[in-house]
Amino acid sequence: MRRVAVVVFPGSNCDTDTLAAARAAGSDAYPVWHRETDLRQPDVVILPGGFSYGDYLRSGAIARFSPVMPAVNAHARAGGAVLGICNGFQTLCEAGLLPGALMRNARLRFLSRPVWVRVEATDTPFTTLYEPGEVLEIPIAHGDGRFVTDPRTAAELEAQGQVVWRYVRDNPNGSTNDIAGICNAGRNVVGIMPHPERRTAPALGGDDGARVFQSMEAGNATQHAVDVRAVGDHHLRV
Amino acid sequence: MTAYRVEIRVMPRAALLDPQGQAVAHALQALGFKDVARVRVGKHLVLDLDAASSEAAAAQARVMCDRLLANPVTEDFDVAVRTG
Repeated sequence: MRRVAVVVFPGSNCDTDTLAAARAAGSDAYPVWHRETDLRQPDVVILPGGFSYGDYLRSGAIARFSPVMPAVNAHARAGGAVLGICNGFQTLCEAGLLPGALMRNARLRFLSRPVWVRVEATDTPFTTLYEPGEVLEIPIAHGDGRFVTDPRTAAELEAQGQVVWRYVRDNPNGSTNDIAGICNAGRNVVGIMPHPERRTAPALGGDDGARVFQSMEAGNATQHAVDVRAVGDHHLRV
Repeated sequence: MTAYRVEIRVMPRAALLDPQGQAVAHALQALGFKDVARVRVGKHLVLDLDAASSEAAAAQARVMCDRLLANPVTEDFDVAVRTG
């Protein structure tokens, strides 16, 4: 059973769904208030969706300086698995843990509806249980979902296989290269704009998102890169 | 220390799609302002700040922009300082 810290910012609103999705996958998931500085030795950290600090200034720009973020940063830098969903993705970009930025949807409207994404990379901690090329139906709920980078970074993301999910059929927000989610070069930090925690059971309209959490619980995705063990308050490479 | 008023302009990068600017441009054209070729929408921040000199106030404001007020991936900024 993996320990999963779900960080709660003022304005987070997907934290409860995310905790439920992780628990349904068998994880020991617990909330961590953003003013805490100790993540309590998690295996995985999730930044959930929502509107932290009212999206003031830019989505995720203020959450990125919350007291909890140095611990999230340290966990990520030590190779620990981190997932940012929607506002969590925006926050990881603002924090510099993922490249690029999320800008206003190209057609300006807030969009809350199902979209289709293709799984492009299965060697991240959150996608091992998917088949490469599998198409998933997962909802989006965002106003600032247009992923952008400079052309050089976009080319690097493509060349290194860091695009994890890509919109298919239509691109709802105008993102660069139809990108819906990416990972960092170390492949342990992952961001996704759609909400896999909202599609984890047939009663929720489908379970295409469930394997994000089941992959995380299976937890062998990053062993080839770096094995991480929590000792005291620190993560050590072993 | 002197009181300064610092005005910061944060604009979306010229190369990036600015859908807000486009929407405003279309609205202006619909109102009959046919000569409007392009509109970009940014942010204007006004800070009251104590600093040793106008240069120090501008330097502080630029650090604020680098750390928080502007996103280097998507935005450019400029800083203007006035005596408060």
